[in-house]
Amino acid sequence: MKLILILIPLLPLLGFLFLGLGFQSIPKKVTSIVGPGTILASFILSIITFIQLTQQAGSQASLFPQSTVYTLFSWISIGSLDISFSFLIDPLSVLMLLVVTGVGFLIHVYSVGYMKEDPGYNRFFSYMNLFVFFMLVLVMGASYPIMFIGWEGVGLCSYLLIGFWFKNHDYNNAAKKAFIMNRIGDLGFLLGMFLLFTTFQSLNYQNIFLQAKGMTSGNGTLVAITLLLFIGAVGKSAQIPLYTWLPDAMAGPTPVSALIHAATMVTAGVYMIARSNILYVLSPSTMAIIGITALATAIFAASIAIFQNDIKKILAYSTISQLGYMFAGLSVGAFTGAMFHLTTHAFFKALLFLAAGSVIHALGGEQDIRNMGGLRSRLPKTYWTFLIAALAIAGIPPLSGFFSKDEILAKAFESSHVIWLVLLIGAAMTAFYMFRLLYLTFFRDFRGTGEQQNHQHESPPVMTIPLIILAVLAALGGLLNIPALFGGGSGLSGFLAPVFADAASMSPKTAPLSHSAEWMLMATTLAACLVTIWWAYDRYVKQEKGLHPDGEQRSILIRLVSGKYYIDELYDILFVKPALWLSRFLHNVVELRFIDRIVNGIGQVVIWTGNTVRYVQSGNVGFYMFMMILGIILILFFNILT
Amino acid sequence: MSTLSIIPIHYYLIFCSVLFCIGVFGVLIKRNALVILMSIELMINSINLLLAAFSAYMNDPAGQIFVFFIMVVAAAEVAIGLAIVVLIYRTTHSIDIDVLNKLKW
Repeated sequence: MKLILILIPLLPLLGFLFLGLGFQSIPKKVTSIVGPGTILASFILSIITFIQLTQQAGSQASLFPQSTVYTLFSWISIGSLDISFSFLIDPLSVLMLLVVTGVGFLIHVYSVGYMKEDPGYNRFFSYMNLFVFFMLVLVMGASYPIMFIGWEGVGLCSYLLIGFWFKNHDYNNAAKKAFIMNRIGDLGFLLGMFLLFTTFQSLNYQNIFLQAKGMTSGNGTLVAITLLLFIGAVGKSAQIPLYTWLPDAMAGPTPVSALIHAATMVTAGVYMIARSNILYVLSPSTMAIIGITALATAIFAASIAIFQNDIKKILAYSTISQLGYMFAGLSVGAFTGAMFHLTTHAFFKALLFLAAGSVIHALGGEQDIRNMGGLRSRLPKTYWTFLIAALAIAGIPPLSGFFSKDEILAKAFESSHVIWLVLLIGAAMTAFYMFRLLYLTFFRDFRGTGEQQNHQHESPPVMTIPLIILAVLAALGGLLNIPALFGGGSGLSGFLAPVFADAASMSPKTAPLSHSAEWMLMATTLAACLVTIWWAYDRYVKQEKGLHPDGEQRSILIRLVSGKYYIDELYDILFVKPALWLSRFLHNVVELRFIDRIVNGIGQVVIWTGNTVRYVQSGNVGFYMFMMILGIILILFFNILT
Repeated sequence: MSTLSIIPIHYYLIFCSVLFCIGVFGVLIKRNALVILMSIELMINSINLLLAAFSAYMNDPAGQIFVFFIMVVAAAEVAIGLAIVVLIYRTTHSIDIDVLNKLKW
């Protein structure tokens, strides 16, 4: 068992070392096998772990096993600080293992086709393998420092892959932006860890959660810890105010956007909070802050997505919005709902990105949806898979998004009607922008150049097969957790129950919704989504609107939203400009006027003194000897005098 | 307590100081490198003599053994010094130290 657990993250690491050290000498065929192969092996091992976990449960009295910690080696041991490199295997981490390796493998296979012509083929796969390694460490770690290793590692890989085409200056800037924004969040995470250690004298999940159980709700230290950890999650999961890096991160190759910036890395924040559920349940004020942030993000990002024209940017804002949904779910205590939405989101958002990649591939790099259209007949597989994903994200039954979103909405309704209403508006907006994207891309006439028209072709099977598998998952993912209303056994919530058991018993009890109320909620959500989808159809297909060139005069409100609320510009004025101004001030005034002058002054004095004194060295040996003897006499006199 | 100690110690002191000063003046005044070397030798020997005298006076033979070592080292030093002087003479055809003022500034 231990060997399997070591191999799960080790295989992608070995893949990274092999591809990274081999660099360009490894033929593409080998890379195409090694790159996805290591992830496939990890996926198989994850399935074995999953089966063993459930079997273990069957042999024991309890329905599901308690979590097990496997210590690999002692890493740091100083005084009371004892960090061992250990993996925690429980339903939550196994779920994440399956998602990361499963979706990761499909995206790797897709990349074989997508990156085929790229000169950095080997580099790409070595980075991707490294990313999967760090992501696995993140989800498997049994303590906060181990999670932090993965946390930082995925940030690094994100940076490397966003700036993958490093010859483009803008892409490099996007990579740097992502990295710096993440650093701000990481600082919060680090401070949270320090506070955790001073409070609990340990950083292991089990020790901390055991001690935290005994603390009172609303404890000030706990609130501080959870807030700091949440700052980390805000950075990593692109919530307000640190979300601006994610749309720019679309500079990376499309499989990167699918794997890192949609399915896995950005959900690390959600995983972290779900993992620390006890701490969060005991800090209601933090939960309220998470709720406000999440709702604001969900609505805000969705509204920006409606007015974007770049196919990948729309999906990026959609991701931010959906992450807001997950955090909203967490804030109302729907940990299972959030993890469920994370899983289904990984399926359909990865699919959306990959399908978008297929479109971009077919049009030779075109990303502006105003120059697309009519691709339905040319790219049938891409169209159908995209349609399934769009229906899933819009929440149309019986696709996966419907169930996961419904679970969060139902929980939100139980705790506050306002939260539910905001999320409902968000869901309607999601349906609208997704179908705007769909209609403008696949319907109407083709609006690109003639050259692009000739270039159009369906992607090779190596790209479409992952799309189809993901489409099946996006369609059927909802079966993982069918609510009791439809007679389902609530598979996922039963599976995850032991992880959230303590949190569930500690959170305030609300009366469960009656079946009729639940039906009403579903019907309302569905109606809202269907209406907006019809509206989008009417507007973009029937009336053929929505093609606004960049310079067009529009109302102030629309200009505000389509300008992404000018948040980037605002940050530029508030933070970047002052930072640059300060650096320039330090350079021009402090550095040049003071430090440089002091350093140069010392040099000048030395030169001047040397120039003056060197004439003493006359070359006259007799003079030297005279001075030497004079010196000896003087020293003698001083000795006598003192 | 032999013949050496019959002579009072300050005689040695005065004699050695005079010898040393002659050496110093020789170094300062003379321009011939060979003479300067000889003057330095004079200074060393005056100190050596003083050391031997004190040693006998203190009844400690260690000082006299020490003197032998100094003489050996001084002999080696003189050998090197003379070799340098010979080389200088070969290149400049002079051993006048006032001519040797090329190493300056």
